[in-house]
Amino acid sequence: MEHKIHTVQDHYDPEASKVGMWLFIFTELLLFGGLFIIYSIYRFMNPDAFHLAAGELNSTVGAINTILLLVSSMTIAMSTTALQKDRKGTAIILNEITVMIGIVFLINKYFEWGVKFDHGIWPGSSHLVETMSQGEILFFGLYFIMTGLHALHIIIGLILIVVTIRRIQNGTVHKDRAVLLENAGLYWHLVDVVWIFLFPLFYLIT
Amino acid sequence: MPENNDKHHIVPYKVYLYVLGGLIALTLLSIAITQIELGKFTVAGALLFAVVKTYLVLTYFMHLKYDKLYIKLMVVFVFAVFIVTIIITFLDYLYR
Repeated sequence: MEHKIHTVQDHYDPEASKVGMWLFIFTELLLFGGLFIIYSIYRFMNPDAFHLAAGELNSTVGAINTILLLVSSMTIAMSTTALQKDRKGTAIILNEITVMIGIVFLINKYFEWGVKFDHGIWPGSSHLVETMSQGEILFFGLYFIMTGLHALHIIIGLILIVVTIRRIQNGTVHKDRAVLLENAGLYWHLVDVVWIFLFPLFYLIT
Repeated sequence: MPENNDKHHIVPYKVYLYVLGGLIALTLLSIAITQIELGKFTVAGALLFAVVKTYLVLTYFMHLKYDKLYIKLMVVFVFAVFIVTIIITFLDYLYR
């Protein structure tokens, strides 16, 4: 009786953790999904204005950011392989590369938004409200909300990966207890999937 | 933990490298296809590439290929719900 109370309860359950992460990812997909539906309906109703407004976006920056995110998705996926092979150092380096690429993505986004601000384009700006049509205002509103929400997810993902790196370093995440790394990876891939749709819809289709 | 043996499927590095190569090729192709004047097919073309890329990310990067059937079914179900929502919304806008 006595020793049972003092047993350290280990509730590690990788399968349940993974399913929990997937359920969370589903809510995220539907959050962005709702915004994608709003985008497609407004695009359908204002095709010319969306065409005009999309010309304002820099598709080269969008393409660079797409490739950056794809590479970072690969590095975090590889870090799971490294940890499973018990190569702790490699796993940490791959995660650090992922974090660095994520930061470069955000820097690109900062300059991209900066150019829009220099052109007087931000939600509710006088230039936008006074000189542009309803459709263009909708396009830029959706552009800022959707890429902004996506950037917020990048920041959250980066924090999660940094926490994971710390846990790998101090040994609480290791070969036989890798679910935190796998879930951080799942989250990062979700962010990638959202961008895979944001890129053609905002930058490519003009 | 009896499920440990099938949970520890280790994906080789080069699989991820090939998938990345495929994803970058599809990105460049989708950029190329939107440069051509295809009219209303531009949107469909770009989205088709995005769907294929998402499939690759879900299957390989997100390990769904190696996951149990019920997890795969959950993901398929959520995407099906989303597609049905899009269809219903558009039917509403087209025929109101």
